[in-house]
Amino acid sequence: MVSMAVSGTPEKILSARELGLVACTRCAKPWPMGTETCGRCGHNLISRDELSLQRVWAYWTVGLMCYIPANVYPMLLTRTLFQVDESTIIGGAIELAQYGNWGIAFIILFASVAIPLGKFFAVAYLALSVQLGWVTSQRRRHYLYEVVEYIGRWSMIDIFVVAILSSLVQLKTLASINPGTASIFFALSVIFTMLAAQAFDSRMIWDAQAKDEGPNHHD
Amino acid sequence: MDHAATPLADLPLDELIVCPQCDATYRLRRPKHGERATCSRCHTALITPRRNAGLQIIAVALAVLVLILGATVFPFLRIDAAGTSNAVSILDAALAFGGPMILLSLATAALIVFIPLLRVMLTLYVLIPVVLDRPPARHAIPAFRLSEGLRPWSMAEVFAIGCAVALVKVADLADVEFGPAFYMFGALVVLVIAQDRFLCKWSVWQSLEHPKKS
Ligand SMILES: [Zn+2]
Ligand SMILES: [Zn+2]
Repeated sequence: MVSMAVSGTPEKILSARELGLVACTRCAKPWPMGTETCGRCGHNLISRDELSLQRVWAYWTVGLMCYIPANVYPMLLTRTLFQVDESTIIGGAIELAQYGNWGIAFIILFASVAIPLGKFFAVAYLALSVQLGWVTSQRRRHYLYEVVEYIGRWSMIDIFVVAILSSLVQLKTLASINPGTASIFFALSVIFTMLAAQAFDSRMIWDAQAKDEGPNHHD
Repeated sequence: MDHAATPLADLPLDELIVCPQCDATYRLRRPKHGERATCSRCHTALITPRRNAGLQIIAVALAVLVLILGATVFPFLRIDAAGTSNAVSILDAALAFGGPMILLSLATAALIVFIPLLRVMLTLYVLIPVVLDRPPARHAIPAFRLSEGLRPWSMAEVFAIGCAVALVKVADLADVEFGPAFYMFGALVVLVIAQDRFLCKWSVWQSLEHPKKS
């Protein structure tokens, strides 16, 4: 791996904004501050998106509001010869655990409960840290942001599992599985959390440091 | 380009590169083939050139195109229990949400079939002229921008992992058979990930901006 900075000199890294430039977030090319669209790729140029945090909180709130019915309503409607079973996300996991499938129960709880809740906390933490102008642990917060961005789409697994099960298990009178109301709320929750993470302008994590960093700064 | 001492502010804009994730500005240094230039502040990969990357990506994209089309139409899973059986294709799975949830069906079909397909076609459209040293295709720039914007919404590989989870869940209910499309989808996951690793976005932008005159 090659680092872009000149090696050996722990020089202070300047942001494009401090240099009076605005950078394209699509193609990495800088332009003079005030340029409106990137001359290379046509992307809109915004040095720091002032409305970014408002959009983050708006998407975050909608995502959280969808996550509640996603856990209250049933995710799967399973009809077998003798019974109809409506299971919620958590109910389904508990049932699996009762039958001794601890591993799968754990995976479901992890993917559908721990990760979504973790994402809500992480996005809120990142937005608050920028709003309060924290100057510490930029690297850790940036890493957290990347993890949230990366993990976001994987939460759709649950929806895809429901889709596969409901189309596959259609065995006439013997057994059938159909999607429950929770699936649409869960999908919306995942999509809005993804939008919240995308709306977050990660460059703002580093701005506070740029402002306050004195000559005695140690990294 | 050996004026390391020149302050960044005095360099022409063409010799600067800015990390899109953290806004750190660097003097542009092109890494050798196979090396990766990363932001020293947030470690985002900035330039990742590879020898023959264009050809490799085109080959992978063509394979992905065939696989998506195949996996969409042919049944990929088949279930057998007590004399009744049912086989489904990926499009069947995507359209599983009926009635009031039809919107979810459309979204699922888009995420696992149409968006991945569109991204592949955009990639081919943009890269083939570049690799052949031709002038860029018409509207190649917005096409590549759209392709990059759609990246997070292309979920073919997430769906493939979903298949594995679903299989575990039905395994005790019935016998499950894998159709040919299942293996095609498995290959697809590997290829999609490979494609994202081969592609150096910066190099593509650079060649779209300074096309070779033929
Ligand atoms: Zn650009
Ligand atoms: Zn960076």
